[in-house]
Amino acid sequence: MSDERMLAYGGAFNEAVRQEMEVDPDVFCAGEDIGGFGGVFQSYAGLQKRFGADRVVDTPISEQAIIGLGVGAAVSGLRPIVDLMFMDFMCVAMDQIVNQAAKLKYMFGGTATVPLTITTAGGAGLSAAAQHSQSLEALLCHIPGLIVVYPSNPYDMKGLMTACIRENNPTIMVKHKRLLGMSGHVPEEAYLIPLGRATVARPGTDVTVVAWGRMANEALAAAEKLSGEGIECEVIDPRTLQPLDMETIVQSARKTNRVVVVHEAVRFGGLGAEIAAQIQEDAFDYLDAPVTRIGAPFSPVPFSPVLEAQYVPDAKKIAAGVRETLARPFAVS
Amino acid sequence: MDLSPDVQLDLHRRMVRIRLFEEAAGRLAESAKLPGFLHLYVGEEAVASGVCAALNDDDQITSTHRGHGHLVAKGGDFNRMMAELMAKSTGYNKGKGGSMHICDLSLGMLGANGIVGAGSPIAVGAAFADKYRKRGQVAVAFFGDGATNIGAFHEAANMACALHLPIVFACENNEYGEFTPRSQTMAITDIVDRAAGYGMPGVIVDGMDVVAVHEAALEAVARARRGDGPSLIEAKTYRFYNHHGVQNLGLKYRSDDEVTEWRQRDPIFTYEARLIEAGTTTRDHVDEVWAALRADIETAITFAEESPVPELDQLLVDVYTLGGAR
Repeated sequence: MSDERMLAYGGAFNEAVRQEMEVDPDVFCAGEDIGGFGGVFQSYAGLQKRFGADRVVDTPISEQAIIGLGVGAAVSGLRPIVDLMFMDFMCVAMDQIVNQAAKLKYMFGGTATVPLTITTAGGAGLSAAAQHSQSLEALLCHIPGLIVVYPSNPYDMKGLMTACIRENNPTIMVKHKRLLGMSGHVPEEAYLIPLGRATVARPGTDVTVVAWGRMANEALAAAEKLSGEGIECEVIDPRTLQPLDMETIVQSARKTNRVVVVHEAVRFGGLGAEIAAQIQEDAFDYLDAPVTRIGAPFSPVPFSPVLEAQYVPDAKKIAAGVRETLARPFAVS
Repeated sequence: MDLSPDVQLDLHRRMVRIRLFEEAAGRLAESAKLPGFLHLYVGEEAVASGVCAALNDDDQITSTHRGHGHLVAKGGDFNRMMAELMAKSTGYNKGKGGSMHICDLSLGMLGANGIVGAGSPIAVGAAFADKYRKRGQVAVAFFGDGATNIGAFHEAANMACALHLPIVFACENNEYGEFTPRSQTMAITDIVDRAAGYGMPGVIVDGMDVVAVHEAALEAVARARRGDGPSLIEAKTYRFYNHHGVQNLGLKYRSDDEVTEWRQRDPIFTYEARLIEAGTTTRDHVDEVWAALRADIETAITFAEESPVPELDQLLVDVYTLGGAR
């Protein structure tokens, strides 16, 4: 039964790309080491062999030109998937991402369509240090014109990657490096998870925990532990970070009256700040405590495994944050 | 010249169209009728005209911040261009782009670009699409001498050569990067020296001679079209006005003598003299061309002035393509 089929997060990504390339000759991939080698994380393994070097293209180490290749091919009617090996490398290509890909549609008065998918690998946990471990999603979400996707499990990965490839706007698919080997149920046939739609990963009544990517899994682990203590967390995984499904989050906040937002990126100026602000705008009267933000401290990602473990939020820290949020007295005036 | 009379007159007409559009834009800017920045192409008309006359309608180009000339040369419509410069809803970009982003994708003009050097990587993508589809189209990246100092150009040139793409890199070397002489920003005199570093041929042409530019472009475009890869054309040219705006003389960063000297080599007037001397055209015919195009410009100005500004509800339209995902 295809329903029982298990696949890894990285394999789910690969399968989405392969299936879309099979049905749409306009889809091609380009990036560093993705062809002959299959990508440094093997996300593109086997695709060049299957589709040829014209459709799975090894490029020079030229991040600006890789994105530019995608932008130019996309406005010319193709459906490019271009890969930036590490999320940190987006900084090298920021002009093409921010000033070109995101802007063409608007500044050309709607006459351009940019069906471009940028794929990259984010997040810490491999002792890859400060230039290969960042979570820069807040930078991207600040730019009108980009769609930002950050799946937390294999099933979502395949459905969201398929949606990204079929989407007519520039999308950025962030894979978390530590989730690549995570196994889960993934149907064999192609399917879509709509962009911009959050999911309730675990229903609960006492507190809402919003988390994505690897942190969604840590939040689920924390929720499992807290359930044993009689605390029922509702875990919301936005899956798409821009456009962000605030409706689902606010709805949950109105139900549980307490919210904890978790991200691996630094707390300051992170998406948690935006989510907290919107919750207080739209659910202020429902809140029994301030929205708690859990994120990395304000430093680059450290190399040392002990420092890195201290840096990245985990289930234990999330559980502590939830307990603290629940412990805040509800002031009745 | 072994170009046909039709082609020779077409080159002339393209240049006059650019000149008249730009002079009109300059006048409107002086009377504060154009919001935003204005980078005029006057003086460089032979480059866009000579190159674009070598292209088919479905060949694509990327442009620069000094991009009106490229759009006019590719067949841009005066009405929609003027309306865009005036930020009207009837403009090419519905008033949301302006001079620095003016485009017509249906003519293969992928936009003027406010970021120096940013067009070249996009042209690489257009050329990739051309090769991918095997339809025999080519792409041209226009850029200035200053853009060859930015990383994006280097990445684009190298990638185009590595992937053997059907592209022409067309450098408009006007000797100034904004307000700084080229000689102060690079240790070479000729941009074309850079071509060899990427493994593509390069040629220097007199950018004030539209025939020289056109002949070089014909060769480079044919090379790209038959699958022989990228090449670079360096056209030595000059902007008659300032980096932006309409001032020409009395500028601090270049001498009036230098400007006057270049203006004596005006690409349109020198070409007209050659055409008349060769008997390809007559003074009367030339005057008729100018007069007819002047009338078109006046029509465009009226069209733009009478066009409405964008409705305020257009502010949030076209941030994303809504629906229609495959």
